[in-house]
Order: sequence, then C-alpha cells, then structure tokens
Amino acid sequence: MSKFRNLVICTALASALAAGPALAGKYGLGRPATPDEIAAWNKDVRPDGTGLPEGSGSVEDGEMIFAENCAVCHGDFAEGVGNWPKLAGGQDTLDHQDPLKTVGSYWPYLSTTWDYVNRSMPFGNAQTLSPDEVYAIVAYILYSNDLVDDEFVLSKENFLEVEMPNADGFIIDDRLEAEAHFWNPEPCMENCKESVEITMRAAVLDVTPQEEGTEEAAAEPAATEEAAPVEAAATEAPAAAAVAAVDHELIEDGEKVFKKCKACHQVGDDAKHRTGPILNGVVGRTAGTAEGFKYSGGVVDAGAGGLVWTPEKLDEFLSNPKGYIQGNKMSFAGLKKDEDRAAVIAYLSTFQ
Amino acid sequence: MTDKSGPSTTRRGFMKAGLAAGGAVAAGGAAHAAGDPLITEVQEWASITGEGVDATPYGLPIRFESDVVRRNVEWLTADTISSINFTPIHALDGTITPQGCAFERHHSGAIELSKDDYRLMINGLVDTPLVFTYEDLERFPRENRVYFCECAANTGMEWAGAQLNGAQFTHGMIHNMEYTGIPLRTILEEAGIQAGAKWIYVEGADASSNGRSIPLEKALDDVMIAFKANGEALRKEHGYPVRLVVPGWEGNMWVKWLRRVEVTDAPVESREETSKYTDTLADGTSRKWTWEMDAKSVITSPSPQSPIKHGPGPLVITGLAWSGRGTIPRVDVTTDGGKTWHKARMDGVSLNKALHRFYLEIEWDGSEMFLQSRAHDSTGYVQPTKAQLREVRGLNSIYHNNCIQTWWVKSNGEAENVEIS
Repeated sequence: MSKFRNLVICTALASALAAGPALAGKYGLGRPATPDEIAAWNKDVRPDGTGLPEGSGSVEDGEMIFAENCAVCHGDFAEGVGNWPKLAGGQDTLDHQDPLKTVGSYWPYLSTTWDYVNRSMPFGNAQTLSPDEVYAIVAYILYSNDLVDDEFVLSKENFLEVEMPNADGFIIDDRLEAEAHFWNPEPCMENCKESVEITMRAAVLDVTPQEEGTEEAAAEPAATEEAAPVEAAATEAPAAAAVAAVDHELIEDGEKVFKKCKACHQVGDDAKHRTGPILNGVVGRTAGTAEGFKYSGGVVDAGAGGLVWTPEKLDEFLSNPKGYIQGNKMSFAGLKKDEDRAAVIAYLSTFQ
Repeated sequence: MTDKSGPSTTRRGFMKAGLAAGGAVAAGGAAHAAGDPLITEVQEWASITGEGVDATPYGLPIRFESDVVRRNVEWLTADTISSINFTPIHALDGTITPQGCAFERHHSGAIELSKDDYRLMINGLVDTPLVFTYEDLERFPRENRVYFCECAANTGMEWAGAQLNGAQFTHGMIHNMEYTGIPLRTILEEAGIQAGAKWIYVEGADASSNGRSIPLEKALDDVMIAFKANGEALRKEHGYPVRLVVPGWEGNMWVKWLRRVEVTDAPVESREETSKYTDTLADGTSRKWTWEMDAKSVITSPSPQSPIKHGPGPLVITGLAWSGRGTIPRVDVTTDGGKTWHKARMDGVSLNKALHRFYLEIEWDGSEMFLQSRAHDSTGYVQPTKAQLREVRGLNSIYHNNCIQTWWVKSNGEAENVEIS
C-alpha cells in the first residue's frame, strides 16, 4: 500500500523532473530535496557560527543537564570516568608526554563542541537534546574548563565571543616540507650500521590480548573434531530454548528496543560489565546485586530494602529510571511506550 | 608487571604447532617403513561422502581457519561500540581482504540500514539540492576500483615503544577491497556545483554522523560512492548499503552509511577533524588536515602470530606495502636489523593506492633474525624508521605512524615485536 503510494509519488516527481528545464543533471536521476528535508539533516555548525539555531543556556542549567545526561561517562565535573573522554583539564600539557586533550586544552573551535553535542550525544541517545539544552551543556563544559564563570549564559548572540585557548595551536599538514628528507630514492643497502641492539620489547610490556582456544584448534585439526570454536549463534541458543512457549515476536521486538540500552549494558555469554551492569538474569534478581558491578548507593539501598526486578518492577523503573530510584547513575530517559518496555523485558528474560 | 621471556599466547601456539609439525615431518618426510598412514590407509573422507550443495547457501571459512578472525584490544577504548578491531593480516596472503575479516571502526556502532530506507542528500552550494534513493544510485554509470583503507591510528599504539605483539594488532587497521560504485563527481555534477564551492562535508546516517570535510578538488578527483565490495554488497560493518571511498586518505574520511554531501565554501571543522585525527608535535602544536597516508609496509609472516614452525631451510618472508600517494614499485627487506638490505620480489597486481604484496625467499640457517621491511612509493618516498619519525614529530602524534617495523625472530622460530638501535 505505502509502497504503491511511494511509487506513484516517485513516478510523478520523476516525470516532473524530466519535464523541468531547470534540472542541472544529465541523467535526470534523483528528485529535488524539500526545504524541510534539508533543514532536518543540514545541522552542522561551523566555526563562524553558521548553522547555530536561536537559543541560550546557562552554566547553572547545564550542570543539571550534564549530570542527568553526560556525567555517567564524562564525570560530574567533566573529568571523565574510566576510559571515557575527559572534557575538562589538561591546560598546558600539549607539549608534555601524553598530553591531556580536552575541550579546554585542545579543541580549537567552540562550534565543534556545540555541533558534536547536538548531533552525536548523548552516546546511545543522540539527537534528543533541545538547542537550549545544548547551549547549557556547552556552557557547563566551558565552566568546567575555567573558561567562563558560574553566572555565564551561552547564546547564539555571544557564541563567537568565547575564546578557545588552543585556537592557534594548529598548523596545516606540512609533511611535504618538514619531511622532505623522506623522499630519498637511494637509501643505504649495505653496511648501513655497525651493530643492532634491542631497545624495547613488546613481550615485556605484555598487553597483547590472548588468543583463547583458537590456536589449539588450528594446530591439531585431526584430533579436535568437536572442539573447533564457532562463535556465532552461541548467544542466541539458550534464549531460544528457554522461552519456547513465549511470544517470539515480542522478544524480537525487544531485541530491537534493547539497541537503546546497548551503549551501556551487555547480555549473552560474553557479556561484561560496561557503564552499566550485565543484564543476564536481571529479571527476578534483587536490585544492585550483579557481582562485580559498582552500583550507586540508591540502587544498593533499594535492593537491601527488598526490591526484586520482577517484570512489573522493571516496567515501572524503565518508564522513569531517574524518578523510580533516587540518585541512580543510569542516565537514560526511559522507555515511554508500554509495548517497548514489555518487549525489552521479554527479551531480557531470555538471558539467564 | 613481570618479564615473561615470551608472549604466552604465541609460545603456547608455537609449541603445539611445533609438535604437530614434527609429527608430520617424521611420518611424511623422513623414511618410515610403513609409510605415512594418511597415504597408506584409506581415510574417512576418501570413503564416505561430503556435504551436499544445499548445506551452505552462504559459506564461512572452514572451521580449521577459525583463528583467522578480527580481534580487538579491550583496553584501547572505553567500550566496544565506539571502538576498532583488527584485520588478521598475519594469516592472509595476496592483496584483497575478505570483507568478513576486514577491520571495523565505528563511532556509534554498526547500524542496520536497509536499501529501502536509504536516502542520499546533496545540498549546499548546488543548483538543485537532490535526494537519491539506493535504486537511483544503481542507475548511474559505475566503475570498479581497488583501494586500501587504513585507519590513521594504525600502528598508533607503537609511537612510544614496541607495545602490541602481533602484526594484526600493530598493522591490522587496514583492508583492501575492490569497490563498485559511482564517482562522487557524477553525483555532484548531477546537482550542479555552484561558483564559490571549495569543500564538501560528508556525513553518515549513524548516531555519530562522523562528518568530515574534504576539499572539492579531491572530491572531483577519485572519491567514490561505493555500494559493493569484492563483488558483493558492503557488509553492515562497512557501511551497508553505501559508503564513501576516499582513495589514499585516512579511513575516518570514508564515511559509512553515507547520507549527505554538502557542498560548502569552508570546512566544517567537525570533532573528527579537530579534536581527533590531528597530530600533536613535540612543541605542542598540532598538524591538521593530514589526510594522505604515507608509504608503509610490514612483514606479515614470519611475525609474532605467525612463527616459523618448520625449522631451518627454505623460508618465505612476505608482507604488505602501500602508499596513499601512488603505487609501490619496490620494497627492501633486511634480516639483520638493517645492516644489509635486499630488494624483495613484488608479486601480484600493482594498483594505485592499493595494497601490494612482496616476498623474499631465503634459506634460513636457524639463527636469530631482525626482520624489517622498507617501502618505496612511486613518488620516491621511502618509509622512515621510528627514530626518523620521532625526530620530526615527537612521541605524541598518535596518528600516521608509518615507521619501519621490527620482528625479532628467535632461533626457535618465535617472533616478537621489538625496537632496535
């Protein structure tokens, strides 16, 4: 039905285009983009402020919004959690060993920060912030870098007045000049050095991942008929067996909904704690008890108080995570649709 | 951290492999009264039947090759979604990389985007902003080109010293495929490029958008909009259904799930071209717009993950070489750490901005070796040593490390990533 409609529209457009003398192309393929379509995608912001929408946001508002949406990875003070990017600090470290590159110490243009937060953050929930929220978050990041005071309000109007410390810290690729001596058609071929000494060894550092199990399989093919590891399908199999009687469509829908959770949570045989805990066995588990995960006090207290993640409790929690357990670290707005929550809970219940 | 005299993983593999090989030599090579049972006895596979043609509608490599897979290095990134893995170059030969083991780098994970849901927009300084469907793209004249795609961070972990023990990990952020697609020029001309246009800005449909600015001159030269690789549809992880191909330039610019090309008069200076993919020099200033990939090579075997298992005698040394500026007419190989160099034998096709394969066949006497390779590209550039690079760039560049790599091959055939004087 809708396909047919599209076809009609396409055909209509195509004939309109074919007839239109203004069309530049020699193939006459494609159709003109509408102003609304261009507005929806053409969102990049340039150093001169081109592309910035109207709006403003204060450091004060930014602190709250940042805590809700960003702090779980970037830390309350933009100092970074674990291996996640640090957004503040690092001033005057660029000429040190292992410089700390942050918005304050490295980024040359403020537009880049606004543009990136607006289009690509929060990680796992991108393109959900309003322009005012983005202005506020960027104001807070500036504040965290001691570049503005706590009264500061960032707006489209004063955007270009903010000075970025490393604005002049970049040069355009100069390899052709600075490395001209690498163009050397006749390098030494014989008697090039007297002696060769080892100055550093990777095995001493020992940071290379182990190749579990696979080498045995390769080395002794004849003896290990059954042992060859096949990784695919492994995560799917227990799920299918455990829920044979359950609504497969709902579980499939839940797998799709779970994409929103994947930035922080893992399930399946190889699951590990990430920003959030492993969710294998979460349905029916006492809150805050996944081994080895550092929960917020709020979640631990809730578990100690007897909270068990039944499907009903998970449903309540997922409809409003922040409101359900005060002080929990999960910076996720929640799933507003009843069917999304039902689906994702059904999906999670397949992982024991 | 204690000093383990060798990497446990490779040593274990080596020991096992050595045992197996030794057994085979005794049975198959040396005089053995009864003969090799693999020959003298009827084997099961020579008697019963194998699988039918309906068993595998789309095949994966046979299970004996199950160790030839992409691997990632967990401590490199905060999570595995905005992360990278590595092509098992130590176990491949020839020049074309199979899609299924070609490295992946995502900034917000590999998304699933169908051809039906695919749209490509051209906007900005054009006569007519246009929208194309996937079907539209297949109606333009297309071409086939082989190019390497290398992440600017390939070998980046080795700036400060020898760190990762394996060619897959030190040099595996690279792949080489035959792309089918249309020149970007065709599409831009279809929309009509306006006066004042100097750059394009390209972005993907994924949550990161991963936008990059590219000079119009390059865009009109050899940039492609690709939808097939090695003859079949792009894999999800490589941008299905459509990705950009930016020959010779850093992989980050090869935007996957390409959804928009904006023609502009100035660069956007997005996150991935300011805060990342810029190269900080010793004095704290940073190079930007370092798009071209310098000439580089690496010996893929022997190497830490591909030790010598057969003992002294004929040995094939092989590796890959490439340049973002042209072809590789010559690679030199040394077995003594650079005292003496030998011209390697180039074999296979030599294509512009594509991987080249080289070989040096030697009679190995079983003594230790310091193996290195040195690429020469068609512009006369010669791959520098790490010391030469550090002299110009310091230790903090992260990206564009194209230094000469050293493998220390010990007399037992094991190899280790080392730095030498």
